[in-house]
Amino acid sequence: MSREHALNDWYAVADVPGLTRGPRKARLLGCDLRVSGQVDDPVVTDEAGHRYPAQVRYDHIWTTLGDDPRALFEIPEGEQPGRRRVPCGVVRVKCSPLRAVENFLDIAHFPFVHTDILGAEPHTEVMAYKAEIREEEDEVWATNISFYQPQAAKSAGGGITTKYAYRVHAPTTAVLYKTCPPRPEEMDVIAIFVQPRSETECDVWPWMALYDDSSEFAELVQFQQEIFLQDRSILENQRPTRLPLDPKMEIPTRADLTSIAYRRWLKRRGAYYGAMTEDA
Amino acid sequence: MSSFTLYNYVLSGNCYKVRLMAALLGVEYDTVAVDFYPGFEHRSEPMLALNPSGTLPILTADDMVLTETQAMLGWLAAKFDPTGRWYPADDPVVSGEVLQWLGVASRLTGSVGAARLHAMLDWPVDGEAVRKDALKELQGFELLLTDRVFAGQTWLVGDHPTIADIACFPYVALSPDAGLEHDGFPAIRNWLYAVRSLPGFVTMPGIHQLHELREGAHG
Repeated sequence: MSREHALNDWYAVADVPGLTRGPRKARLLGCDLRVSGQVDDPVVTDEAGHRYPAQVRYDHIWTTLGDDPRALFEIPEGEQPGRRRVPCGVVRVKCSPLRAVENFLDIAHFPFVHTDILGAEPHTEVMAYKAEIREEEDEVWATNISFYQPQAAKSAGGGITTKYAYRVHAPTTAVLYKTCPPRPEEMDVIAIFVQPRSETECDVWPWMALYDDSSEFAELVQFQQEIFLQDRSILENQRPTRLPLDPKMEIPTRADLTSIAYRRWLKRRGAYYGAMTEDA
Repeated sequence: MSSFTLYNYVLSGNCYKVRLMAALLGVEYDTVAVDFYPGFEHRSEPMLALNPSGTLPILTADDMVLTETQAMLGWLAAKFDPTGRWYPADDPVVSGEVLQWLGVASRLTGSVGAARLHAMLDWPVDGEAVRKDALKELQGFELLLTDRVFAGQTWLVGDHPTIADIACFPYVALSPDAGLEHDGFPAIRNWLYAVRSLPGFVTMPGIHQLHELREGAHG
């Protein structure tokens, strides 16, 4: 049943720069796909030749396998003029697609996994913040987060206290809004688009829309890749492999509010692909 | 003043070798970020003009261009280590042993490195074949290290670390990125720990700080 629910979401299965170089083989929810065609007319087909819907948004090619797809989410900030849009390629991770998203939402690990970049000892305390399920939008939001970061972005000159907000609008995508060092009145947009290959393996497409006029493109990509690859080895070692949705299966702490809201939200919408529950 | 320029990709084990060696020697340098992935910039015209073989890292200093990682380690040690310990070239036997390990390091790059790129970035190689090669290299490495342990030694050559250790370290350490865990390799685990304990050690994604040692140092 879990796959049924997942079929009707949209997933990134290729990026625009990649498609300009040629077709890509992409596995999605256990189904082998081929992404080909042109950027203005991408073609997504399975091995039997069946063609699936495709659309180009946020520098990626999106598809859905379901007959009744939910709308693809909007990231209006990501399309503001003046931002540099940075697709960071794809990284394969042997983990549940939901664990990849949950890790993206976690702040407490910064000083230990992203040492001297997104956090540093002894600044390990996660201050009180707000996490909620917004009923009207049917999204998970975490707000009022601030955290000391030695190198919050490529554009940051030194350590700053960074403000964060997280938004989850589909089980396998999440957006982070974060203080933009060169323009403190604006927020940088960093997202991950997770392409579930199976319940325990995924391809992850990090994407950014930043105000940063001084860094080289390669520097921006590598800054993000360095952070994401620091997470990869942790993600591949998380047990149980699938994300437990029932509160008694893992003991959360106060810093895990976003994770608690995310798991609750997944459970109530029946998004069990990559999850484990007592009743599914 | 910066002493050389490294054309660098942050996820490359070979680029990391050079960063690690420079850090251990306390050498300052400049980096140029090259978009190896997803941009394949190392195969762009300007990069090919610098290095026709289209690989990273590339090291430039004055008028010299080096494109072979193991050569960069030798150059760094020869230039910046007046004690001659990191690259003991005076004794032919010791020097031969060090150079022998540099060959092993190249094989590790070709096997573990390829398996890692396949597992991580879906590199177009025969995944099963490179994984098999990688496992064989790691098993061989474990045996060689076990001999060193029986000889009462920690390092690959002699009784102190050399460029041989630094050359072999990254791809052995990064093998879990390709799903090849260290659990069955006790000698490798001890040696990795020893390298990570070196003063000035730096990390890369997949190779972590020894937090436990840091705490020990405070306590």
